[in-house]
Amino acid sequence: MHIPKDLVAASATPLVLGILTEGESYGYAILKRVNELSGGELQWTDGMLYPLLHRLERLGYAEAAWKVPAGSRARRRKYYRITEPGRRALSEQRRQWAVITGALGDLWHEMSPPPSPALQGS
Amino acid sequence: MTTAGPGERKTPEHETPEHEALDRETPELEAPNHEAPELEALIARWRARLEQQPAVDATDLDELEGHLRDRIADLGEAGLAPDEAFLIAVKRMGSVDDLSSEFAQEHSERLWKRLAPEPAAEPATHGFLVMIGFACLAAAAVKVPEIFGASLVDDGEFYARNLSLFALVPLAGYFVWRRGLPAARALRLLAAPFIAAAVVVNVYPFEDGSDTEVLAVLHLPIALWLLVGVAYAGGDWRSSRRRMDYVRFSGEWFVYYVLIALGGGVLASLTQVAFSAIGIDAGEFVSSWVLACGALGAVVVASWLVEAKQSVIENMAPVLTRLFTPLFAAMLVALLGAMVWTRRGIDFDRDILIVFDLVLALVLGLLLYAISARDPRQPYGPFDLLQLVLVVSALVADAVMLAAVASRVSDLGLTPNRVAALGENVVLLANLSVSAWLYLGFARGRRPIASLERWQTAYAPVYAVWAAVVVVAFPPLFGFA
Repeated sequence: MHIPKDLVAASATPLVLGILTEGESYGYAILKRVNELSGGELQWTDGMLYPLLHRLERLGYAEAAWKVPAGSRARRRKYYRITEPGRRALSEQRRQWAVITGALGDLWHEMSPPPSPALQGS
Repeated sequence: MTTAGPGERKTPEHETPEHEALDRETPELEAPNHEAPELEALIARWRARLEQQPAVDATDLDELEGHLRDRIADLGEAGLAPDEAFLIAVKRMGSVDDLSSEFAQEHSERLWKRLAPEPAAEPATHGFLVMIGFACLAAAAVKVPEIFGASLVDDGEFYARNLSLFALVPLAGYFVWRRGLPAARALRLLAAPFIAAAVVVNVYPFEDGSDTEVLAVLHLPIALWLLVGVAYAGGDWRSSRRRMDYVRFSGEWFVYYVLIALGGGVLASLTQVAFSAIGIDAGEFVSSWVLACGALGAVVVASWLVEAKQSVIENMAPVLTRLFTPLFAAMLVALLGAMVWTRRGIDFDRDILIVFDLVLALVLGLLLYAISARDPRQPYGPFDLLQLVLVVSALVADAVMLAAVASRVSDLGLTPNRVAALGENVVLLANLSVSAWLYLGFARGRRPIASLERWQTAYAPVYAVWAAVVVVAFPPLFGFA
């Protein structure tokens, strides 16, 4: 399924912030988590995640630090950790999304059941 | 932090082995096994392409490369060959253009190359302190004579004669230090000319305000500036490349110096105004300390800025050259056209030689900075044609002027000013004539542009010699008048 760019962009910030509430993480792991959460439907161009992470860092929503994970000769990675302002921004976004998904959910409920993904093709 | 992220924890049956494999695999990828060098070369090439994007800095590159390696390792786990894994990983990363524009949106400040030097580098800090030391030396040089009773106001001529020494001896010293020139060699190369200059301007019995004194004051900085070039080149002053570097340096230095002077002017006038508002007259302090010391110290500071920034910001002198070459070419063509149209000979006047000296010097400067920024492999183009028009029209205008002067040479009278102006004209004319000839050869595809560059750098000592002649030989020749 193709998800339009605008929708991806709008959901990216809460998704990444939400993933960071699960614990500090680095870019590649965040992408894998997004992939997993969306059942593989939400495919970002990998490189685009990093400007987003840097923006969160600049806004003070996340802190970054280079660390070498345990494991003898592992590569050092840039880990991001959510900050208090980041958590506040996330809960704000969460309320906004709740309004949207709630409204849409009511609407979908009144309409006929959604088409099964199997019929969608890919 | 041992685990890499939440993903691994959520689906251990799938993710954890991969993660471990990844940590295991990375050293293998870097180790010299039979496939790795090829993969390393591919990654290095990908990184090099991204490196050229100004919006992506080295830390981002490390981050992106780490991501790419993670992806390749995962794909390798899934059974792909390293080169296939690389192709897919790069594709998923996104095109270099897209990445670059995404990064540029987030990091737009990086597109503005920073003028303020990075404070991080340790040796740079040391260099900075040494630079400040030499700048203070230059600033002190202008104040020390006051201890012995000289004053900027009453002994203006003493200062005028010595100012270039005050400024350029510390600058030469800075470059000797900067290039690591051995002290013995530096003394052998530089001490004699500097001491000779100091002796000549201070021992010669100039009449007060005489022409020869003014000429010496004007020509000494030229000779000494070229002498500083010896220190700049680290003693390797015969090298054509080093001389061209010094030409580039001089242009940039001038731009920086003018900028610093503008800032200094604002500082000085604001200081004066602000203090006068509270009833204190700071004028004396500002002119004798802030401006005097600042002007001298800035000579060294501007040099340091050029050195520190030479790779960071685009050189300004060639940009200005590009801007003004067409305008000056148009001006000279218009001048020639007007001379032909009105059929008026040049009105002979005592400053005409000086005016044309300035025109030739300017044309030479434009030519020099156009060459200095030029890629030698670039073929002949429209800008070269403009340059050629500029040089040839300057030559023709100068020849017309010289003919006018020659026909009245008997009325001329050989004053020091006229001989100096005529000599300068000959020096510049000789350079530009050969330059025009070489440029024509380049236009017709017979010579590389490098021959013009070599000619310009080979000619540089002529200016130094001529300026030295004016300083050293003119005063006795004309009886210090």
